Amino acid sequence: MTAEVRSPAEETTVLLAARGLTKHFPHRERRHPLRRLSVRAVEDVTLDLAAGTVTAVVGESGSGKSTLARMLARLIVPTAGEVLLHGVPTPPGGVRRDYSRQVQLVLQDPFSSLNPVHSVRYHLARPLVIHRLAERGADLDRSIRELLDRVALTPVETFIDKYPHELSGGQRQRVAIARALAVRPDVLIADEPVSMLDVSIRLGVLNLLADLRDTEGLAILYVTHDIASARYLADTIAVMYAGRVVESGPAAEVTDNPAHPYTRLLLRAAPDPDRIEPHVTTGRGAPPSLVRPPAGCRFHPRCPHVMDVCRTTAPPDLSVAAGHVSACWLHETTDRPVAANGEAG
Amino acid sequence: MTDLVLDIRDLSVDYGIGDNAVHAAVGVDLALRKGEVLGLAGESGSGKSTLAYAVTRLLRPPGVITGGEVWFHGEDGEVDLLAADADVLRKLRWQEISVVFQSAMHSLNPVYTIGRQLTDVYEVHRPNLSRTARRDRAVDLLRMVGITGDRLNSYPHELSGGMRQRVMIAMALALEPRIVIMDEPTTALDVVTQREIMSELIGLRDRLGFAVLFITHDLSLLIELADSIAVMYAGRLVERAPAASLFRAPRHPYTLGLLNSFPSLHGAWRKMTGITGSPPDLRHVPSGCPFHPRCPHAVDVCHTNQPALLELQPGRSTACWLHDGVHTPPAELVLPEPFVGRMS
Repeated sequence: MTAEVRSPAEETTVLLAARGLTKHFPHRERRHPLRRLSVRAVEDVTLDLAAGTVTAVVGESGSGKSTLARMLARLIVPTAGEVLLHGVPTPPGGVRRDYSRQVQLVLQDPFSSLNPVHSVRYHLARPLVIHRLAERGADLDRSIRELLDRVALTPVETFIDKYPHELSGGQRQRVAIARALAVRPDVLIADEPVSMLDVSIRLGVLNLLADLRDTEGLAILYVTHDIASARYLADTIAVMYAGRVVESGPAAEVTDNPAHPYTRLLLRAAPDPDRIEPHVTTGRGAPPSLVRPPAGCRFHPRCPHVMDVCRTTAPPDLSVAAGHVSACWLHETTDRPVAANGEAG
Repeated sequence: MTDLVLDIRDLSVDYGIGDNAVHAAVGVDLALRKGEVLGLAGESGSGKSTLAYAVTRLLRPPGVITGGEVWFHGEDGEVDLLAADADVLRKLRWQEISVVFQSAMHSLNPVYTIGRQLTDVYEVHRPNLSRTARRDRAVDLLRMVGITGDRLNSYPHELSGGMRQRVMIAMALALEPRIVIMDEPTTALDVVTQREIMSELIGLRDRLGFAVLFITHDLSLLIELADSIAVMYAGRLVERAPAASLFRAPRHPYTLGLLNSFPSLHGAWRKMTGITGSPPDLRHVPSGCPFHPRCPHAVDVCHTNQPALLELQPGRSTACWLHDGVHTPPAELVLPEPFVGRMS
């Protein structure tokens, strides 16, 4: 992905923004039944989704990426922070229908997100009717056909009266995307939209999302564990670890010049047949408990470059290049040498 | 060939009988050599797991093995696993052939400790070992897969997904089998954990010399891990080659399509398309070559006749009419063989 071709235009319109979003889930342990603990799933995440761009949130299971997506879709209420839609804060008491008219969610598993007893036609008619976007009858039928056409389920006749079990996984996911598009949203939140699909058809769905961005100017949040697919689809990547965004920047910049030790670990661990250097897995181990996260930087117990400051103080977002920030003390001053990509230590 | 450990010949498996039977594996030939990691790649419904279940005779009804032979080459001669009776199988399973399934979550007994489940293997298969010896062996096993011995007293729910999968691998290796069959062992794990387990597995293979049949849908993982790779589509083997050859110079259009389905982590952005169309429905497999409806290079004969697996050179074969000597395959399917062998 060359920066010249794909970098967001100078003047981008931020459609949906997260400001300091935090989610703590209540949690109790058997040993201390009266103690109110919390799982700190997402901590102080700030993110902009601009029109005509795909923002990828990359992380492992338990990194908080799906919780973040659900907060942005207003399926769960943040503990702190706010979601701005078109720059306006969305209060918790607001009308949900107005919000979902503009922000739509596509879920991971198209086998369970479609109702097995209803046809494709019904699935696509519901949002159109509920939001009064089409009159029942010929108008509704035309709108449904348009939707199927937009997600390339053509010829439309073969799909419109099918039931979910008659469709392949990729076709089902296209129906789910068409359903999300029915209300003509500004923002699409896709939570692992291809991870349940067969390898050979994943790119078809990713290319569909790219087309929707390019032709309709949708702001898309692409949540994934697969950093290679994020590099392929996204304009910007935010890497999450243990509830925090540890690095974010233009997609090619983050994958080609990773600044945070965790991003480097993730890139090294990803299957990569083109890899030249042999594997050196530094940063073994697993993500920490989110009930009692480590003090300071949450990655410090696994970090090969850990310093004293990392153990006590959480790092701020430090700029490493234009639009590229890394929450890592290694980037605190310019005179401190930062380990190169090859990473000797 | 004296170093063969498993020789699958013309194996066919159906689900159901009669006209409604679904042919999940059709005439599969596959050989596994001593100490080799053989990757079996394919999408869901390609028959790769069915093959593993058939080879180990774990296939449950309505699965039926309709033909073929599976020769296991052990120290005391050869056995056709498909003809073996329960006593013979009992001696071979775990001792000589062990299996690691995808879901470690469901393979470990939740009400027994890890230690109890590990020593249980020895209690049954090595009755001469004393109680302390069994426990020592269990500690050794856990250490081998990077888990400290004090975890013996843990219950499965106290371990992370990666640790549970490590315990499963340790259990599979407990009796030092010659063959370990792994069915999507890391699919449910995070990439970092997957990477750790893969490198541990290769280290153990180098030390203990067992052969691995590694089944996965993730071709990019296999290219780094396996010595050679077999690709299945709609129950048929479509290509088999050394890993580096398969990656650099695929011969079957499906393999090429799969390779083009994984975005790269390097280089300039280029548009990739994956493979058009949908994976086949095994109830209605297309006539001729089952891949022809999705194949960009299909010729007339592909619509009517099924291609046989054709050996192009030793160790590499493909089932595609383009390579029959009559047709001219497109340039991207006749790339030169890579010069280098496996680096790792």
